[in-house]
Amino acid sequence: MKLIDIMEKVKAEVLCGSEFLNTEVQYAFGSDLMSDVLAYVKGNTLLLTGLTNPQVIRTAEMADVVAILFVRGKIPGKDVIDLAMENSMAVLTTKYTLYTTSGILYSEGLRGIEQD
Amino acid sequence: MDNIRYDFEIEKDDFERAGEASSSIKKILRQLGLNSGIIRRVAIAAYEAEMNLVIHSNGGSIVIEIDPRKVTIFANDKGPGIKDVKLAMKEGYSTASDRIREMGFGAGMGLPNMKKCSDDFSIKSILKEGTFIVMKMFLKDGD
Ligand SMILES: Nc1ncnc2c1ncn2[C@@H]1O[C@H](COP(=O)(O)OP(=O)(O)OP(=O)(O)O)[C@@H](O)[C@H]1O
Ligand SMILES: [Mg+2]
Repeated sequence: MKLIDIMEKVKAEVLCGSEFLNTEVQYAFGSDLMSDVLAYVKGNTLLLTGLTNPQVIRTAEMADVVAILFVRGKIPGKDVIDLAMENSMAVLTTKYTLYTTSGILYSEGLRGIEQD
Repeated sequence: MDNIRYDFEIEKDDFERAGEASSSIKKILRQLGLNSGIIRRVAIAAYEAEMNLVIHSNGGSIVIEIDPRKVTIFANDKGPGIKDVKLAMKEGYSTASDRIREMGFGAGMGLPNMKKCSDDFSIKSILKEGTFIVMKMFLKDGD
């Protein structure tokens, strides 16, 4: 699913990386636990989270997450956005909760990561 | 390829800079042209180690060595050491405070993750002295 379509489905706003909106993501993963993100994510993934500290971007960087969607209307500070820009990541925010956002995107065909 | 070595000092509780060492490591490996699979494993292992130094230790260092056959990460700190290493290696075991959990850490997954990312993993801990971790990722044809 393209980021631009994801944006539309969950009425998200772009915080940075609008130049990457045509990027295709294969999976999504929702978590507020960074070590779980590091353990589960396997490339080409959209990360859904309600955490907005710089560690979220660092974690995403290490796990090769391509874009981050903040839920519950969360908007991170400028330092976090700057770090995301340095790492060429798209960052979006939606007012929906994690559950609702996941439900919408799942029903649109964006699947989660299965453990092997 | 000649052997390459980089040292990074890691400060206790320095959440501002936490992750910078691992980010640098990732960039170094990219510049060397290693394949994305091994870069990912090294970056994740280094980052988990770096966060553990920031969160649980009195400070220490992350050292990375690259030789033609492997990438080695050394994570050494100045204490307080781990009382029961076997327990600490269990998925879900964590002594992280509520403040740390609010930041998204403390799932008790870091050490098991590091082991999973490594081809060879060793941990030694001496109470009051420190914890010493060595992780090796072997380069295969094509890396
Ligand atoms: N360098 C260290 N010095 C002292 N204690 C440590 C160190 N590294 C880990 N520990 C201890 O081992 C436990 C397990 O570590 P692990 O990295 O697996 O989980 P965590 O850091 O608590 O949570 P997570 O890594 O999922 O955010 C820690 O909670 C801590 O008690
Ligand atoms: Mg940890």
